[in-house]
Amino acid sequence: MDRLVYVAMSGAKEILRAQAANNQNLANANTNGFRADLSAFETKNVVGAGLPSRAYATDDITGWDSSTGSLDATGRDLDVAIKGPGWMAVQANDGSEAYTRAGDLQIDPDGTLKTAAGNPVLGDSGPITVPPYTTINFGVDGSVSVVPRGQTPMTVSTVGRIKLVNPPNDQVSRGSDGLFRSNTGKELEADASVHLVPGTLESSNVNIAETMANMIELARNYEVQVKAMKTAEDTAAESTKLLQSS
Amino acid sequence: MNPALWVAKTGLDAQQTSMAVISNNLANVNTTGFKKGRAVFEDLLYQTVSQVGAATSQNTQAPSGLELGTGVSLISTEKVYTQGNLNQTGNALDLAINGSGFFQVLRPDGTLAYTRDGSFQISSTGQVVTASGFPVQPAITIPQGAQSITIGLDGTVQVQLPNQTAPSTVGTMQLANFINPAGLEPDGNNLLTESFSSGTAQTGQPGINGLGTLNQGYTESSNVDVVEEMVNMIETQRAYEMNTKAIETNDQMLQYLDTNL
Repeated sequence: MDRLVYVAMSGAKEILRAQAANNQNLANANTNGFRADLSAFETKNVVGAGLPSRAYATDDITGWDSSTGSLDATGRDLDVAIKGPGWMAVQANDGSEAYTRAGDLQIDPDGTLKTAAGNPVLGDSGPITVPPYTTINFGVDGSVSVVPRGQTPMTVSTVGRIKLVNPPNDQVSRGSDGLFRSNTGKELEADASVHLVPGTLESSNVNIAETMANMIELARNYEVQVKAMKTAEDTAAESTKLLQSS
Repeated sequence: MNPALWVAKTGLDAQQTSMAVISNNLANVNTTGFKKGRAVFEDLLYQTVSQVGAATSQNTQAPSGLELGTGVSLISTEKVYTQGNLNQTGNALDLAINGSGFFQVLRPDGTLAYTRDGSFQISSTGQVVTASGFPVQPAITIPQGAQSITIGLDGTVQVQLPNQTAPSTVGTMQLANFINPAGLEPDGNNLLTESFSSGTAQTGQPGINGLGTLNQGYTESSNVDVVEEMVNMIETQRAYEMNTKAIETNDQMLQYLDTNL
């Protein structure tokens, strides 16, 4: 059959994929600390006999949006947000070091500081454990201090410091569990310039208006591809008719 | 079928549950000792459609790949244990905990439950019980004919008996605390029960070891902030609408394909 239909079909198929990636951003519009995926189409020239007149398009996730979400004050003492760029180090399920910006922390029965997803938060030397406490405080530099149970507020003890890193944006990428990891596979160095804001959560950085506009654009482009497929069908039908009449 | 539809569907599910949590908070805005809940979302796993860094020739690699997300999930609805306002009622058996800790009550099945609701009453046998009639632990009995009841900041319960000059002590209220109060299991009736993730209860005298003090004649109002819940509701509703729009758009795309080919 005519090659036109294949080019149009690949276009339509990739637009559906791009729509799925776009919907992923929309579905996570209320996920704390979520970074939007950036998606783009790439040209793949078809080389073969004759002129290279055809190009397929493939959808790629080219990266993630590095803008910060809004910081919402919650007043909960275990909520932390990162001001400006930077990441908080956590232990992924496979034991490796990963990075997140979702700061709704919890304390498990053993006293380990964890994210809501259950990943232990890493300090300068492994996961941070908190003794039974009366009050807990997070410093802007990531230090965790508590007033241990049975002590007066005068006896504040620092139990650890959350490892905060700030790699260049092109050095980290998202893994299949939604956590970010360094591209080199090595653990990143702590950066003292990253600041925490206690009692605050960072919202998702998905720009809803942009995502909706993107969705409409993809839907219209999809119709264009379908139209091209229809044209290919019509052309083929006309050719068949010509042959029949002779 | 088309992943785009399913991804948007997970968005709808999550926002729907979030709305249920918000409604529950709003419904309990006047419940004594109620602690607000919060829905926590997480992005679901990503699937690799085309691998980043895959070799495109012997010496070149693809600079970007396609990792398609599968949507969003609600991972937990956690309780937020901030202090509620203390409202003065003047009732001698209304107790509010100022600080951390829970009252312990004995349920009819013999198990212990925990509550922040300190609006107590006296049963027909003189025992101090919750509004549902469950006795406080350790049990405190108010003798017949007691003229007044005084409960100190440290939980000491004293009563004034007729024809006696000094008040007599009839018991001490104790509070329980947990390493992870957010892990307590809400049981309804203002009661919470111990769970694996809350850790075991550590009991003690109010005002000591980080436990809150007791305030007689006060109740603790719920810590639901109505304005905050309203803002959350708007945010949730809009996110829900946009995910619906995404499903509708995808449906139209497929419909267009269906009718034109």
